[in-house]
Parts: sequence; structure tokens; C-alpha cells
Amino acid sequence: MAMGYSEKVMDHFINPRNVGELEHPDGVGEVGNAKCGDIMKVYLRVENGVLTDVKFKTFGCASAIATSSMATELIKGHPIGEALALTNKAVVEALDGLPPVKLHCSVLAEEAVKAAIKDYYDRHQVPYDPALFADLDEDPHGDLVEE
Amino acid sequence: MQVYFDNAATTKLSARARESMLRVSDDIFGNPSSLHAFGQAASSELQRARETVARCLNAAPREIYFTSGGTEADNQAIFTCAEIGAAKGKKHIVSTAIEHHAVLHCLEQLEKERGFRITLLPVDESGVIKLQDLEAAVCDETCLVTVMFANNEIGTIQPVEAVGRFCRGKKIPFHCDAVQAVGHVPVDVKALSIDYLSLSGHKFHGPKGVGALYARQGMPLRSLLLGGAQERNRRAGTENLPAIAGMAAALEEAVSELGEVGPRLTGYREKLINGLLNVQRSHLNGDRARRLPGNVNFCFEGLEGESLLLLLDHRGVAASSGSACTSGSLDPSHVLLALGRPHEIAHGSLRLTLSRYTTQEEVDYTLAVIPAVVDYLRDISPVWERIMREEQEKAQ
Repeated sequence: MAMGYSEKVMDHFINPRNVGELEHPDGVGEVGNAKCGDIMKVYLRVENGVLTDVKFKTFGCASAIATSSMATELIKGHPIGEALALTNKAVVEALDGLPPVKLHCSVLAEEAVKAAIKDYYDRHQVPYDPALFADLDEDPHGDLVEE
Repeated sequence: MQVYFDNAATTKLSARARESMLRVSDDIFGNPSSLHAFGQAASSELQRARETVARCLNAAPREIYFTSGGTEADNQAIFTCAEIGAAKGKKHIVSTAIEHHAVLHCLEQLEKERGFRITLLPVDESGVIKLQDLEAAVCDETCLVTVMFANNEIGTIQPVEAVGRFCRGKKIPFHCDAVQAVGHVPVDVKALSIDYLSLSGHKFHGPKGVGALYARQGMPLRSLLLGGAQERNRRAGTENLPAIAGMAAALEEAVSELGEVGPRLTGYREKLINGLLNVQRSHLNGDRARRLPGNVNFCFEGLEGESLLLLLDHRGVAASSGSACTSGSLDPSHVLLALGRPHEIAHGSLRLTLSRYTTQEEVDYTLAVIPAVVDYLRDISPVWERIMREEQEKAQ
């Protein structure tokens, strides 16, 4: 398999789920930067505390696209609380693993979801503990040792 | 359709090279160093291969040393000149910012561990060095100038003849990494005043794991490997005769077909370049004219190279990219950055490298597939969305 990607990664890369934008979204989160080669943008529709629709747009490699696709699949239709608990590890496991040099993509996917939820809270003046989003300002490349 | 457009990475073995390898493997298994008939048959075969390679470069047979490939040849030439320079207190080397890592990593080691001063000449936006920069860079301490013939990523051909003439005038050894050029464009070591030249068998439809170093008569050459007296004491180890014979056959074939293949590939290349220039916000990397016949290299704004590469692979087109993701590092290609491409644009690069087996149908198919895949990736890219928004705002 290309680059050591699992079949699931290739499937979510070639046939990504939930691609696109939402008109008048309730929350939007964008993380990453083009200089590093990956940017993810997640759009949320929230009804009664449930993520009734989720879309994404991603600039990046195959694993960046696949992790965005999987992350949106994992949270769509779920309450915000569950989406907030999404970890990069859960995304990696759902994709049957990622090559070590690509793990940062899963961190980015987790952060894109969190950034979108934070945006929803901010827009709708929902009170929250800022500690929940403390990781968002950090560079996801920073905590991982690249090969 | 399956299209192989990654011939700068490696090429398919030619029928003639394969035939040569099988013949030598089966019939000429002796050790060229042995005195008996089996050994002498092998020795003659080795000599014939050496004569063939020499003829293709306009060199003398005794100026050709067989190696394990281009990397070893680069290492041997560079470390020889560095050793000899260091012994004379000359510890300065001039090279370019866009060399292959087989050159750059040698220079980095000499700089870090041996106290050498390294000057990497910049290139202009089309990927060509300026002779004035070379003239300004060399000094009394310069023990080597190493400049590649043609770049592996962008195919740009350097002014080798002018560099050679300048170095010869200054009596500074000139090494040329010609791994991408030999077998693709005419290479005449005498006319170009080259002192050392590296080549690699598998870049011109020969086998992998074999190459050669040309060292001009009278130029010193130190062995990287210690052992037997093979290659006139310059490269120990029993010769890989089937590979050497295969490489010689492949080179002879490639050089004899240059006149026919070069113009054909240039035509395909121009068709691909013209087609891809029609894609909005695409940029050709490297000089359009001073270019290997089979090299096409583009940046597409708003997308990332690895995903482009893998989607093309999914559609049957095998290409390459200089994006960070394909290099396994965080930075995109040093060559694209040296051209002045910003990181975000350099990430979206695509290299197509053709061969003499390339067909018109493959070119047409690729030209149909790439714009569709580029459009798709841009559709899902927030970077492209931003670029388009900014364009609209500017227009208003």
C-alpha cells in the first residue's frame, strides 16, 4: 500500500466522507498552516446539542484528507460532549493505524473538531472551561518526533 | 492505462541490457582477477564494457572506474579532492544549492566534521547558476568545484562547458554529477573540460546498483573501499560484471538513439508543459529551454503534492512530487525552495519524467487525468478557497 497506508486510509482518502462546506454553519474551525503543508477546516451544524451535520475541507496529504474524513464520520450525529472527547488516537485506530510520520495529521483532525466546537461556543455565548481548548494554540508538529 | 512517468527515479531495464546481463551471468562467471581462461574471459568482458562506457563519454578506457552507482561515484570524487585539498591546507569547496543529496550530504559532513568551508551557489528563478557567482566564490583555498549537469527534480541543465573552462583555467578540479544527463543528452568530457564525472546505470535503462566514475588521466583518485587491487587499485571488491555489462549495453543503446529520442521526448515534454500551463495558477519549475528532454515539473497552487501523486497513481499515472510529505521531512524540496518558490506553493509540486518508451497515448491520457485530479483536490482545499476569495476581492 502506498506510503504504508492502510486500506482504510486509502478508502477515506480516495472516497472522503463529508467533504464540502455548510452554508451558515453554527461553528467553523480551521487549524494547521500552508507552510507546513496541511490545513483542515471543519464546519458544524448543531441542533439541540447534537452535531446534525459536519463537513470538512482539507489541504494536505492523503493522511490529512483521510483523518479529516474519519474524524467527521466519528462525530457526525453525536452530542457535542462526545465530539469534544474525540482523541487523535481514536481517529488513528478507526483508520487501522497511520505511519509514524503521519501521526500529526490525526492531531490536526482532533484539533480541527475542537476549534469548530470552540467557535460554536463563542458564537452562541455558551460558557466553557478554556482549559478544554488549551492545546489549540500549539503546533501539532511540535509534540511529535519525526522520523 | 498504466503510465510510468517517474524515469528520473529509475528506469525499466532495456531488452539489450537484460540480454547482456543474462549472457554474462550464465557464460562469463569467472573472476576478472583470475589468471585462468575463465578469469581472462571475464577480464576481456570487463575491458569491453570499459571501452564502451569510455567511448560514450569521449573518454579513454583507463579513465573509467566502475562503482556501485552514482552515489558512490559522487562520494569518491568529492572525498578524494577533499583529502588532497586538506593536505595542502585548501579546505574550500564550491557547489550549488540544488545538488543531489549524494553531493550535499558529503559536503555537509566535510563542513561539520572536517572544518571545510562550503559555498553553495544560488540559482536564478529558472534554476540556473550564474558564472559570475562561481568566479566570485572560488579562492586560493578552493580544492573542488562540483556542479551537477542536469537537475534530478526540475531537469535544468547547467552551463557545464563554461564551468569546466573556468575551472581548468584556474586549475581547480571540477566534478560533475551527470547522473541525470548521461544517456539523455550528449556528454563529452573532453569538450566540457570535466575532471570527474559520475553516472548511474539505472537512469538510462541499465541495471540498478552499478555506476561509473570518470576521472581524467592524471587526476588523483582515492579508494573508499580497501581490499583487492580491482579498478587499478581505486575500487576494491570483485567487479559486478553482469551489471557492468548491462550498464555498458544500455548506455551504448541510449547514446546511439539520442538523435532520434531527444527530439521526440522534447515534443512530448512541450505538449505536457503547454497542456499543464492551461491549468489556472500552475507554474512550470525550471528553465523551459535549458532542460532535459523528458522532464516536466509543475507547482499547482492550493493543493498538496502527495495527495496529487496518490490520486494520479490511483488513475494509473506514476509520478513524483517534491512535497514535504513525500520526502518524509517537514520541508518541501530544497530545489524548489532554491528557485524562490514559497513553501505553500512548493508543497504542490508534481514531476513527470518520460523515457524513450513513452508513447503519445500515455502523454494524452496523462494530460486528460491531471487537470481533473487538480480540480478535485482544489475543490476540497481551504487554501484554494482562500486564493479564489482573494482573487474575487481584488477584482471588485
